[in-house]
Formats: sequence, C-alpha cells, structure tokens
Amino acid sequence: MKIEMNVNGAARVVEASPYRRLLDVLREDLRLTGTKEGCGEGECGACTVSLDGETVNSCLVAVAQCHGRTVKTVEGLAAQQGDKEILHAVQTALVRCGGAQCGICTPGIAMCAADIVERELLHDQDLQQARVMVRELLAGNICRCTGYQLIVDAVIEAASEVGLQRRERASRRTP
Amino acid sequence: MSEPLYARPTSVAEALELRAAHPDWMLLAGGTDLLVDSNHRKVPVGMLDLWRLAALGGIRQRDAAIEIGAGTTWLEIERHPLVRVGFLPLAEAAREIGARQIQARGTIGGNIGTSSPVGDSLPVLLALDAEIEVASVRGSRRVPYRDYCVGYRKTALAADELIIAVHLPTPVASTRMVWRKVGTRKAQSISKVMGAATMVLDGGTVVSARIGMGAVADRPIRLTAVEQAVVGLSLLQAAEAARAAVPAAIAPISDIRSTSDYRRAVAANLVARFFAV
Repeated sequence: MKIEMNVNGAARVVEASPYRRLLDVLREDLRLTGTKEGCGEGECGACTVSLDGETVNSCLVAVAQCHGRTVKTVEGLAAQQGDKEILHAVQTALVRCGGAQCGICTPGIAMCAADIVERELLHDQDLQQARVMVRELLAGNICRCTGYQLIVDAVIEAASEVGLQRRERASRRTP
Repeated sequence: MSEPLYARPTSVAEALELRAAHPDWMLLAGGTDLLVDSNHRKVPVGMLDLWRLAALGGIRQRDAAIEIGAGTTWLEIERHPLVRVGFLPLAEAAREIGARQIQARGTIGGNIGTSSPVGDSLPVLLALDAEIEVASVRGSRRVPYRDYCVGYRKTALAADELIIAVHLPTPVASTRMVWRKVGTRKAQSISKVMGAATMVLDGGTVVSARIGMGAVADRPIRLTAVEQAVVGLSLLQAAEAARAAVPAAIAPISDIRSTSDYRRAVAANLVARFFAV
C-alpha cells in the first residue's frame, strides 16, 4: 500500500506492505540507516524513533500505522543552518562526556535523551533525583559498553545547558 | 509473500462492521506484543488497526466507577489523576510494563486481549474486580475479568467482538491496595511473579480481601482460598495465614525465567508482605 508520512520534516511516500516494520522501511526504503536494529523484540531500544512526538521502538510499529503520522529519526536531531549541521545538545554532550562507545545503542539513546531534554523532564530536580530519573527514562535502552554513567552525565549536561539557554532567552524577552 | 489487507476505522461502529466481516484479521493497537519478532512470524491475512481510535481512548469517571478506554496507553494510565488517586496499583503496574517506549504504545486493551499469564496489569484488574466491556454488531456486554480469561491465552471474546473499555468500581474508603512485581531487573523485565491485592480493613482486622496473581498458573488467577483464609485476622496473622495458604493455591511452571519452587516461595512471601507492611 501507499504510505505517506512526514519523516524528519519532509513529506515522504513509500510503497510497502502494511505489515513491514517501520524500522525496515526507514533503513531499506528511505536509507535512514542511523536507526539500528538490536533485538527486534522491543527490549533494547536501539531502534528508538519519535512517532507523533513519543519515543517508540520502530521494530514494533507496522509501517501502515505511520500513514499520516510524523516520524523523527536520529538523522533529524541536528538542525540545518544553511549548509552547516548544528548537532543537538544531547549529541554534543554524548560526544563531550564519552557517552558513546561502539555506537549501536547511541542513536536510540540520543532520541530518548532529546525527548527528556526537550520536555524538560528533569526540571526542578536536584542532581541525585535527576540521575535516578534519567536511569528510569533510559531503562528501555540497553548499552553493553559504557556502563551508563557517562550517558547519564551527558543527559544531565545537555538538560542543564538547554534549560540555561531557555532561561536566558526568557530573561532577554522580559527586560 | 502476499500483502496483508489493512484498515484503520475511524469509529467504533465501523470497527465492529470490519471485525464482523474479517474475524481472522489481526487486531492491532500499539503492537508491543503482536509485533515482537514480526519478521519471523506468520504474516496475518489482514490488520484491523485500532491505534488512536478516538472512541477507544480516555479515562472517565462513571458514577461509582472509572472507565478506561481499551486503547489507553500505559503512559496515559500512569499519569492520569483518576488512576493515581483512586487506583494506585494500576498506575504502579503501568510504570513497570516494559520501559517508556513500550509504555507509549502498549494499551490496556492489548494486555486484556492477549491475556498472557504474565500480563502485568491483569492481577491488578482481578484485585480491583474489573469488568471488561466488549461489543460486536450484535450489541455490547460486560464480563468480569475473573471470567474473561478462560485458559492459557484463551479469552471469552467472541470472534466478532472487540474490547471497548475497562470499568473499575471505586473501592470503599477503608480499602488498602497494593501491587508488587518481581523480575530479573528493575525495568523492562518479564515478570517471574507479580500480584495485586485490595483489602477492606476494620481497625487492624481484615474484613475482606481480593488477591490477583500472575505468572503462577496458566492464566492470571484470583487466590480465593487465600482470600478466605485471611478474613477476620489481624494483619500480622493474615500475613502468616497467607504465607501458608499461597503455595497450594497456585500452579506455577518451571521455565527459562524461574523454577516452580522458586515461584511458589516468592509468591508466598509477596502475598504475606501485602498484609504485613
């Protein structure tokens, strides 16, 4: 069937069997190979994308269910400024903190981390609570390299950075 | 491979017509169970997509009960004030089903539809005496969840019926409600044993109790023998009576996750703790 969806801000049309996984259509038909397959069972989170604003496992979504909906993959996290790509705060924080090693889980982690940061889920939490929250919110993303500490560091850095920028912008608007 | 048919109804009436015409189609909502390992499973002849069908969503107060639409996700259930205030064990179970990606897609209707012995919300539905509202083109009816699951992944749902909503009666004010899941890790694990209980207390004495457990039999079960054994006892006595009565009230299997002996011991401790806390 013909499936129309918005992927990373652009309208895309694919001809695909309705039962195919969103994960496979993204990787094979749209050549967006940033999204990885880990387990194919919804356990590991490597295939996480945003679907209508919620982070989901793309291995558990039938592509027909995406008709008329909005998908964002790791390729859509960075902002485009002219011909320059500006990485998302969580991407630079993952690099800076060493929150990525082999890289298979990283796109899924980046999608979940961006969701945490953009929704300001850590707002008003002290550092200890924030760390506990990040661990719960990333419980569906399995990483076998880092031991998670540096990933948690990165999410907290990105959250405070983005929060700081928001507060600065807000204070400039109210003189 | 032939391509399956696909339909996304926009009303319950349309969904029921489609269901009546195609009882062999896969009923799909969030897909967190049905699409696991889907590349290695038999392709369905058709898919009836109920995801975000508006009439199957939402949580509402209905007289002395709340009504949860079958398409409501765990994330929506966990956050909803009516659930958090009046039915905390359901919110707690919702928060322990998979992780956030699963909670954003998995629905309560899906858990009921599959009725796996390890469906995490199902012991809670038993303890809360939930009724399942189902409908077909022939009309609608309500089935208490204790009569709904009739065997290993077997339910009372007829071939032309759809799950519409869950109705949870508001418990009397002095009711204590508890929930506990035991798994391999804190998050994202399939339960070894889990259970929920509601108990009406008079001072420190148990007036009545309902105990639902999962992963201890071929289906989610009420522990009626244990419920009867604790009536009239103090909470401490009830804990000991429950610990003694649980092993004979359940029939757990040994599998890759646990042995039946382990499940018996953990289930007894878990139910004892429901009373002793």
